[in-house]
Amino acid sequence: MSDARAARGSPVRQRTAVRGENTGAPRRLLGAFGEVLITLGVLLLLFVAWQLWWTDVTANRDQTSTIQTLERDFADERQGGPAGKEPPATLKSVPFGKAFAIVRIPRFGAEFARPVLEGTDRGTLKKGVGHYQGTAMPGVVGNFSVAGHRTTYGRPFHNIDRLRKGDVIVVETKASYVVYVVDRHLLVTPYQMEVIAPVPQDPGAKPAAAWMTMTSCHPKFSATQRYVVFARLDKVIPRGDGLPASLMAAPSGAVA
Amino acid sequence: MYPALWRLLPGPRPVKALQCLILLLAVVAVCFVWLFPAVAPYMPFNDNTIAPGPQSPGPSQ
Repeated sequence: MSDARAARGSPVRQRTAVRGENTGAPRRLLGAFGEVLITLGVLLLLFVAWQLWWTDVTANRDQTSTIQTLERDFADERQGGPAGKEPPATLKSVPFGKAFAIVRIPRFGAEFARPVLEGTDRGTLKKGVGHYQGTAMPGVVGNFSVAGHRTTYGRPFHNIDRLRKGDVIVVETKASYVVYVVDRHLLVTPYQMEVIAPVPQDPGAKPAAAWMTMTSCHPKFSATQRYVVFARLDKVIPRGDGLPASLMAAPSGAVA
Repeated sequence: MYPALWRLLPGPRPVKALQCLILLLAVVAVCFVWLFPAVAPYMPFNDNTIAPGPQSPGPSQ
């Protein structure tokens, strides 16, 4: 075989064949093995690039388009669609996976707006902020609980740790602007369900106030803990009255 | 592996190089569209929800 190869091979390969009968095959095998390792290494780097950069690109694009659809939808309602005569009813339940609200957080930048979808499975959280099924709807007594990515997939809650007591969170629904004010934050294990209880951190208690809970992973790029922010309902502004610009003013030390 | 690929591709050098580039882009596309999304759920940094788990119900804080 080495003769045949030497006969049609390039000068380089002829030389290696001359050096010894046994070095050729192992050497080529080792070379191929090295190439496989290098390829795997490059693929890993490519995966990191995809996860940290590309998922943000696609998710931001998708979420922006969802926001536009929601805004159109909400505006139609105000101008009087089929049921436009009477004010739209408060949300009671939403089908799984459907976007039903927009969350705006001035601390994250004046332009910050993310869709809120029903459900918190992986697929839903790629499309925006997920609403824990069974928890209260925005503005009503109970605990409106949502989860969002800290990193990757558009990372809506990337800066959740920058929220300070008194920061405004606006949840825009078809009917109204629901304004929550940040109360406190907490680090918990991923299994501490009591943070999304109707009365946060007091499971079993009967709710008398409207709360909002935001959860995201902590530390960044880890799933060890959850960063949890509790916000208390401040007011509900009917959509017709419009959102006061002063409310959306960026607080000092805001991200963008 | 790669020398073999280079020998397998037809045409003169520039044509071979172009084919390599196309193959590379195809591999990247396959990774981005199918492979990586399939692998991502097994990565440790994509969980951000509170869920009932092995320690549930967790200790109250």
